[in-house]
Amino acid sequence: MAGLVLNDEQQMLKDAAQRFFADRAPVSALRRLRDERDATGFSRELWSEMVEMGLVGTLIDEALGGTGFGNVGMGLIAEEAGRNLSASPLLSTAVLGASLVQLAGNDSQKQALLPAIADGSRLTALALDERPRHAPRHIETRAEQNGDGFTLSGRKINVIDGHVADTLIVAGRSTGQPDDSEGLTLLLVDRDAAGVSVQRTIMVDSRNAAIVTFDNVHVPADAVLGTPGKGWKPLQRVLDIANAHLAAELLGIAQESFERTVKYLQERKQFGVTIGSFQGLQHRAAHLFSEIELVKSAVLKALQALDDGDERTPEMVSLAKAKACEVAELATNEGVQMHGGMGMTDEFDIGLFLKRARPVQQLFGDYRYHADRFAALRGY
Amino acid sequence: MADLETFRRETRAWLEENCPQSMRSPVQSDADQCWGGRNWAFKSEDQRVWLERMAEKGWTAPDWPTEYGGGGLSKEEHKILREEMARIQARPPLASFGVWMIGPAILKFGSEKLKKQHLPPIVRGEIRWCQGYSEPGAGSDLAGLQTRAEDKGDHFIVNGQKIWTSYADKADWMFCLVRTNPDVKKQLGISLVLFDMTTPGVTTRPIKLISGSSPFCETFLENVRVEKDQVVGEIDQGWTIAKYLLTHEREMIGGMGRTAAGQKTLSELAVDALGLEDGRLADSMLRSEVARWDLDARAFELTAERVLDEAKAGQGVGNTSAMLKYYGTELNKRRQELLMAMHGSDAMVWEGEDWREGALPRQWLRSKGNSIEGGTSEIQLNVISRNILGLR
Repeated sequence: MAGLVLNDEQQMLKDAAQRFFADRAPVSALRRLRDERDATGFSRELWSEMVEMGLVGTLIDEALGGTGFGNVGMGLIAEEAGRNLSASPLLSTAVLGASLVQLAGNDSQKQALLPAIADGSRLTALALDERPRHAPRHIETRAEQNGDGFTLSGRKINVIDGHVADTLIVAGRSTGQPDDSEGLTLLLVDRDAAGVSVQRTIMVDSRNAAIVTFDNVHVPADAVLGTPGKGWKPLQRVLDIANAHLAAELLGIAQESFERTVKYLQERKQFGVTIGSFQGLQHRAAHLFSEIELVKSAVLKALQALDDGDERTPEMVSLAKAKACEVAELATNEGVQMHGGMGMTDEFDIGLFLKRARPVQQLFGDYRYHADRFAALRGY
Repeated sequence: MADLETFRRETRAWLEENCPQSMRSPVQSDADQCWGGRNWAFKSEDQRVWLERMAEKGWTAPDWPTEYGGGGLSKEEHKILREEMARIQARPPLASFGVWMIGPAILKFGSEKLKKQHLPPIVRGEIRWCQGYSEPGAGSDLAGLQTRAEDKGDHFIVNGQKIWTSYADKADWMFCLVRTNPDVKKQLGISLVLFDMTTPGVTTRPIKLISGSSPFCETFLENVRVEKDQVVGEIDQGWTIAKYLLTHEREMIGGMGRTAAGQKTLSELAVDALGLEDGRLADSMLRSEVARWDLDARAFELTAERVLDEAKAGQGVGNTSAMLKYYGTELNKRRQELLMAMHGSDAMVWEGEDWREGALPRQWLRSKGNSIEGGTSEIQLNVISRNILGLR
C-alpha cells in the first residue's frame, strides 16, 4: 500500500492531463461552443485527441484497447477537465459506458463495445433518472419480456450526452414497483431505433442532457446487459464509480475557482490597498483552503478504494461526493462574491465555474443524498 | 519487508507478555494518564510497571536515538509499534510534554550536554516538563513577550511572569521563552532556556477554568538564576525553536478531535442516546448534524493521513500544521456541542455519580480552549492566508 499519495506513473498522467486540457480545451473553448450554439456540444476533434492520448480508454483493459490505468488515473483526468471546464463525453462514455459494459456485459458485448469506446468511434449515454432529484431505484420505465426480447416504454431525463450517443444504456423495470431494487433490467438501445425520441436540452452550464422517450421500443435479447431483473447490482457499482469521478471533477472546479479568486484578491485594489489585505476576506479564503484540503483526501481515498476493491467503497464514495459537493458550492459562491460586480459579469470566467458546479453536484446525488447514504452505511 | 514482519511478530509477542491487562483499555480522561515526574503518585502498580517496561525499551520515545534512551525505531517500525499497541488497546505508557515538545527540540537544536542531561530522564518519565510561553501581555502576539533575562556572564537572571503554563504546579522543569535582547526586532531577541522549577524565585498559582479544573497556572519568576549552558540553540535565536515547537503543539492539539481506537464514535454515542427508527437516528435534525460532523471528521482524518504520507514520499506543500490545528480544534468543539445536544438535560448535570461527576459538561467547556491555546483559530487563519495564500 502506497498510502494516500500518487505514484510516479499517476503523477505523470496528472501532469500530462493538466497540460492537455489547459492547452486544448480551456475555458475559452467552452465559451466558443456556447456562443456558436454548437450542435454537438463538444469538439469531436478534441475527443479524437483524447483517444490518441489514451485518456478515453483509461478504465478499459489493455486487451480490449484501453490502458487499464484504473480509477485513480481517470479521477486525475476528471479533476483536470474540471479545472478547465472541458466539455467532452468523458463521463457518459469513458466512465459510465465503459464501466457498465465491463461490469455487466457478456464477452461478445465487451468485444463489440469496449474497443469502439476506446477508439472513439462509439459514444454512449446512461438513461437512468426519471425524477429531477436523483432516485436511482425509482424507475417506472417498463422493460417487459416480449418473446426473446423486451419492449421498452417510458421517459428518462437528465441523460448526459443523450443527444449524441450512438448507444443508450437504459434502466427499465421488468417486475415490481418503483423503488424496488429487484426487477431492473439494463438494455442497450440504438439511439436511432424505432420508438426512441431524443430531445436535447441545454443546461445552465452550457452542456447537454437529453430527455429520452421510449415508445414500445423493441429490444432484441442479445441487447440485454447482464441478467434481466438483476440490474441494480452493476448499477450501484457504476454509480459509485461515476460519483467518485464527479467528486474529482468538483475538486478541480473548486480548486480552480479558489485559485482564480485568491489571485483576484491579490490584484484588486480598493481604499488604496489590495482587497486581499482585509482580514474579513483572508479568513474566508483560509477556511476555504482548509476545506479543499479535506476534499483532496476524500477524493483520492474513494478512487483508491474503487481500484483496491475495498469493501467500504460505497461509504468512501459518498464521503467524497458529499464533501466535494459541499465545498464546490462554497468555493464557487465565494468566488463570485469575492469578485464583486465582476463576478456577476459574463465576461469573467468565475461565473462559469458556478454554473458548471451545480449540475455536477446534482448528477447522481448531491450533498444531501450522499450525506444520508453515508450515515445509513455507517449504521445510523 | 521480512525484517518488518519479524519486528511485528516480536513486538506483538512482547506487548502480549508485558502490557498489564488493566493498561489495555482506552484512556477515558486525564485521570487515566501517567504523567510521571519526581512527585508522581502512580494510580496503580500496573501503571508503574507499564511505564518501567516501556521506558526500558525506549518505547516511551520510540523514534529517539538509543544513545539518549530512545527506542531508535525507524518510521516503519514506529508505525508497527503504534498499530500493535492499538490492536490490544494498550494505553500510552506516558503522557509527556518532554516527549512531545522539548525533547524533539533538544534533539534538533540542543547541545550534546543538554541531550545527555535531559533526554534520558524524559524517556524514563522521571522529569515532568512544562512550557513557559504565553505572558499576560503576550498571547496571540507571542513574540511581544517581556520576561527579561539579564546577562550575568556565566548565567542569566530572569524576571517576569508566564501564564497558561500547563501543569506548572506539578512540573519539575520548565522550558521558557525569555527576552535576552530588548534592542532588536522583537523576534530576534528571544532565547529558549531551561530551568528547574525548584530554583529559588519560581512560584506558581493554578488558574481555575470554566470547566472547574485547573490544568493551567500563572508562573512568577523573580530573580531566577539560569545557567548559560541551559540555553537551547543559540542565544537570541529562540524564536526559530519556538515556531518549531508551536508547529508540534498545533499538530498535537489538532489531533484531539480524532476518535482513538476503542473509543465509541460520535454516531455510536448518538445511537445510544437517541435510538434508531427504521435504521436511522430517531431525531432527524440531529442525524443531519451528526452526519455533517462525521463526514468532516472522516475527511479530516484522511487529510492527516495524507499529509503524513506525502511527507514520507517527499511530496506535498508542507506548512499544513496551521490548517490541521484550525480544523481539528473546530471539529472537536462541534463534537462536544453535539454530545451536549444529544444528551439534553442529562448533559447539564454538574455533580452526581450517575453522570460521571459532570464529565460531559466539563469536557465540553474544556474544548472551548482548544481553539485558543497554541494559537487561536483566528491566528491559524492568519498564518494560512499569509504564508500559504500570499494574502497580505
